[in-house]
Amino acid sequence: MSDPDTNAHSGEGLFSPRRLLRDLRGSPAGLAGLVLITVIAGAALFAPWVAPYGPSDADFLAARIPPAWHPEGSTAHLLGTDQLGQDLFSRIVYGARVSLLVGVLGVSVSLTIGVTLGLLAGYFGGWLDTVVTAFTNLLLSIPYLVLVIVIATILGRSLTNVILLFGVTSSPVFIRVTRGEVLRLRQLSYVEAARGLGASAGRIIPRHLLPNLIGPLATLATFETSAMIFYEAGLGFLGLSVPPQVPSWGNMLALGRRFLTTQPWMAIFPGLAIALTTLGINLLGDWLRDAIDPRSGEG
Amino acid sequence: MLRFLVRRTGESLLLILGVLVLVFFMVRLTGDPVGLMLPKEAPPEQRAAFAAAMGLDRPLPVQFAEYMTGVFRGDLGDSLRQRRPTIEIIGERLPATLELALAALAFAMIVAVPLGLAGGMRPGSGLDLAARGVGLAGQTIPNFWLGMLLIVFFSVQLGWFPSFGRDGPASLVLPAVALGFAGMGQLVRLTRSAVLEVRKSDYIRTARAKGIRERVVSLRHVLPNVAIPIVSVIGIQFTYLLGGSVYIEVVFAWPGLGTLLETAIRDTDFPLVQSITIFLSLFAISIHLATDLVYGLIDPRLRLS
Repeated sequence: MSDPDTNAHSGEGLFSPRRLLRDLRGSPAGLAGLVLITVIAGAALFAPWVAPYGPSDADFLAARIPPAWHPEGSTAHLLGTDQLGQDLFSRIVYGARVSLLVGVLGVSVSLTIGVTLGLLAGYFGGWLDTVVTAFTNLLLSIPYLVLVIVIATILGRSLTNVILLFGVTSSPVFIRVTRGEVLRLRQLSYVEAARGLGASAGRIIPRHLLPNLIGPLATLATFETSAMIFYEAGLGFLGLSVPPQVPSWGNMLALGRRFLTTQPWMAIFPGLAIALTTLGINLLGDWLRDAIDPRSGEG
Repeated sequence: MLRFLVRRTGESLLLILGVLVLVFFMVRLTGDPVGLMLPKEAPPEQRAAFAAAMGLDRPLPVQFAEYMTGVFRGDLGDSLRQRRPTIEIIGERLPATLELALAALAFAMIVAVPLGLAGGMRPGSGLDLAARGVGLAGQTIPNFWLGMLLIVFFSVQLGWFPSFGRDGPASLVLPAVALGFAGMGQLVRLTRSAVLEVRKSDYIRTARAKGIRERVVSLRHVLPNVAIPIVSVIGIQFTYLLGGSVYIEVVFAWPGLGTLLETAIRDTDFPLVQSITIFLSLFAISIHLATDLVYGLIDPRLRLS
């Protein structure tokens, strides 16, 4: 008990996985989100077993087949085929890999940059804070889509570039939230007490600040994941994301647009996949936000 | 108020300077701006001649000084393909984009505000469910996909509206709906939660306790207080719509800044790409400044932070 801050409130009750899971049972929407995401992530992970064909298996004799429930459809191709006879369902299953990779890894990059810079700027202040805030405001002042499009053009089409691009350009939001929270927490009596008792920054940051940041950051990270999946698809749609031969939802939409009047299913299904994924993540995010901070409830 | 005005304007000018510097270095980030603008097969002589013509062979500080003096004279350079000032081309395309963005904003507000108000006033009712559904749909349906769905149903199958181009009011309907949809979702959620928040406040309880009828409470006490957060996001919404219009303009072949940016990228016309980026950023910064100043005027508390 000689330790000055073992008894200090470190926010563990605020974010306990067990409590969250118990809450989830009471929220049908959150549960639906979790199921959707699990199904999509499972399909992505086990794509070779889930997809009946390879993502690039072309069969010219089976080109432009409508979905199975259409009179001219075929049960061999549930969602139909594209102009090369590639199975759309299989391509969508493999496409989930690109979307989820960009979402998850992109957010990880953003989180790392955002939490590091936000903590340092908020805790130490001074010139570092000025520089970090200026960088944040600058990136946020350029319309996001335009910023992303221009940098993507310069970097060229590759999965790594896309992940880094979204990771860096989305970091300002994480910096802002982290910095704001740190500024607020710094003034709370338990942090001041720890400092007064001689605890160093190396102790206060991991013990008292980080645990309290998990809640708001988890919510933000969830919504940013869905935003990145959406923006990646948009870039792909403009022909600026992963290389054209890679099966991704954005690339499929770009192709589908060219056949919109004759083979609309080529654009409808990849878009539906994006909408269902963002729906799942958002349902989960809404529930997470309310579970972590009950005051934010919308009724 | 004067201090607030000077400070906010100064901040915006600094941001504009930052954007100019950032855009200048972004194009030179790869270290090979010539490679970005010419096809890969271009022989070395042609590359050298191009670099000399564009001034890209000179030292960076010299290039930067020229770029900045150009900007202050209102000269953002010439387009590589069209061989005329980029600012002139942007000026020609701007009205179409503004028209689309304003129509989208109007659509979003006309649907979202009444629905959000109705939902917030009667939580749990059918209208409230509709409001929450619209809010969620706006959040999850990608606008470029929605645009394509609208084309498939309303142009191809029903033939009610044209599927592309800018030719009269009918051609504006589908693109405006597709572009405004996400903003509509956000506005519904915001309006609804603002109503719920205001209805919980003490002055509403007092008004009810005085025996004022519910209808009067809603019109006289809830509405005016809900208006503040709604109006405050409209400026932000508008800049978001300008960015989002890139996709929608491409889907509907709408002849605005979005399609201009897309073709400029496809043609590797970097001076044009650079000018569009600068222009849209300046536009966004100005709108933010204007919104802040109006708010500083209305609400003195905001002048302090």
